[in-house]
Amino acid sequence: MELLSYQALVVTLAAAVSAGTPLLFAALGETLTERSGILNLGVGGMMIMGAVAGYMVAFHSGSPWLGVLVAMVAGGTLALLHAFVSITLRASQIVSGLALTILGLGLSSFLGKPLIGRPLPAKFDTVPIPLLADLPVVGPALFRQDSLVYLSYVLVIAAWVFLYRTKPGLHLLAVGENPAAADAMGANVFGIRYVYTVLGGMLAGLGGAYLSLAYSPVWIEEMTAGRGWIALALVIFSMWNPARVLLGAYLFGAVEALVFRIQALGSSASPFFLYMLPYLFTIAVLLATSGRVLRQRLGGPAALGVPYHRESR
Amino acid sequence: MSVPTIPMRRTLVLEPRTGLPVWRGTALRLASILVALLAAALIVELTGHDAVRVFAMLWNGAFGSMFGFTETLVRTVPLLLCGLAVALCFRMLLWNIGAEGQFHMGAIAASDVALAYPDWPAWILLPTMALAAMVAGGLWSLGPALARAYLRTNEVITTLLLNYVAINWVLYLVYGPWKDPFGFNFPFTPEFSPNAILPSLFGRAHIGLIIALLIAVGMHIILQHTRWGYEIRVVGESATAARYSGINIVGNILLVMVVSGALAGLAGMMEVSGLIGRLQRGISPGYGYTAIIVAYLARLHPLSMIIAAFLFGGLQTGAYSIQILGVPLATAQMIQGAILFFVLMGEMLSLYRVRWVGVPAAAPDAPRVSTGVKPPA
Repeated sequence: MELLSYQALVVTLAAAVSAGTPLLFAALGETLTERSGILNLGVGGMMIMGAVAGYMVAFHSGSPWLGVLVAMVAGGTLALLHAFVSITLRASQIVSGLALTILGLGLSSFLGKPLIGRPLPAKFDTVPIPLLADLPVVGPALFRQDSLVYLSYVLVIAAWVFLYRTKPGLHLLAVGENPAAADAMGANVFGIRYVYTVLGGMLAGLGGAYLSLAYSPVWIEEMTAGRGWIALALVIFSMWNPARVLLGAYLFGAVEALVFRIQALGSSASPFFLYMLPYLFTIAVLLATSGRVLRQRLGGPAALGVPYHRESR
Repeated sequence: MSVPTIPMRRTLVLEPRTGLPVWRGTALRLASILVALLAAALIVELTGHDAVRVFAMLWNGAFGSMFGFTETLVRTVPLLLCGLAVALCFRMLLWNIGAEGQFHMGAIAASDVALAYPDWPAWILLPTMALAAMVAGGLWSLGPALARAYLRTNEVITTLLLNYVAINWVLYLVYGPWKDPFGFNFPFTPEFSPNAILPSLFGRAHIGLIIALLIAVGMHIILQHTRWGYEIRVVGESATAARYSGINIVGNILLVMVVSGALAGLAGMMEVSGLIGRLQRGISPGYGYTAIIVAYLARLHPLSMIIAAFLFGGLQTGAYSIQILGVPLATAQMIQGAILFFVLMGEMLSLYRVRWVGVPAAAPDAPRVSTGVKPPA
């Protein structure tokens, strides 16, 4: 069967990695943000703003890397707004996040209008890594990708090591679990929350830039197609663990890759049913995770979404 | 012996305000909207458009003519109904972000009935369509409601993801089995029979407007003067108090989410039956999302929502007319997001006073972070 040939498997795996990378960036960032206790529902808005900002800059300057940089600044700026409203003003993080997503989507469509249908002078190309790319199966899937994908590998490893093996990472965990205790311990709760919220936004922007500069290097309105929400679900699914975020991202990427594969095979199924699959899959995974969380009494950072009031200690 | 001075540092501090007069809250909200509009104007100007001209045309398009005014009224209906729908949930701190999807499912169900029974008399067909739409919308929110009630699954994400599923379902139908065979392959169904069209009031405005207004008043009465409304408000304000007074929280979660979905579904039915006359691609420019902003701006009060829905209906209508100036339709979305954000900021700022005061600085030799070693007692 065409679907199961070795060649098809490798191509699908490579596509899964590629499709999962924007989710990986965004979910990694959101993991750090949520670990500090802040819920950022604005991830979708930050992703799409990163996508449009990156595209704009890359289009005018000819440098995709500059686009990536500006994309991260764009995402980080929106996240800074969210941080101010959530941390300093202690407003509803849900409303703030939603507002930024709606704002981000509208603003990006507004800014991106002149760029519709205009291709980039340069984009991110595949850079095969010399020896590793020849490994069976994993080689092409993992090591015949573009530079941003390799960056994502580094970031995941860095995040994992940072979170579980360093002192600042421990402080981050503490702030999310029990900010009052962390504060008493001397950790700067507000500062840490600000830093990781902005960092989360920057990574979301990076994820968006990957979409518009590497994955499908064109600009389309609302091209994130709800990936921000899938990233949020991914964070929950991964139990706020960077290593699981990687696996989960590629799992979700695989669903997307399969959708393309089935279409490429000329299936007569309506494409719209196929497009539903990633979202339905995400819901199913979310339900399964909730069931498990409830049964095993696991959970995320205890102080997630709860503003910290210093005076009430 | 000299008294050691405590080192001080100046910093910004938020002090809770006590007692803010009501008018000040409204004035603050209007000010926040103004700031949001200014910010949007700035962005419009920076991207090379004439902000004054754009905003003037925005206003004119919405309120400057009889046609515009009617269009604004037309857009008020789905915004009001969806706003009421999400406000009901938000009152209980249930974040139903799925009004957009519930809207589409209602539209699908209503279209199904309309296309299947075009010859039924209107007085049977229309209520059946409405009922079907409400059931469809209610079922669409029931899933996330059950997940939230029994699995504690985050309803923001589940309701949101279902939006994408519902929209794709509509696309599947209008590009596929329900496509008009004489429609030159355009993504719409055949036109509904006249029996399936909601009677019109004047111009394009239909009786959906009256129904929506009645529902708004009804919801106000329910929330303020019935036991159920009281329960909803208590659960939202204090889950602990609710539990102690024996209120069935799980039951209320399910009921409120289903009713909310039903209302959004009804909005979908009214749009395809009263306004468009068929099911097609793009029946909603994001009403379900705009409704969230409408609800928030109205502080979840059904009666205030009528005004808020009208204003945002105007924004949406105006956005259509400024496209001529080369400004994309998404401008409305951008302005909406900005308004929500600035209103949120304004509200929090109204709860606090920002003051620049001196506070004792941390002793210079105190360790910033614990070394983890406890000194012996």
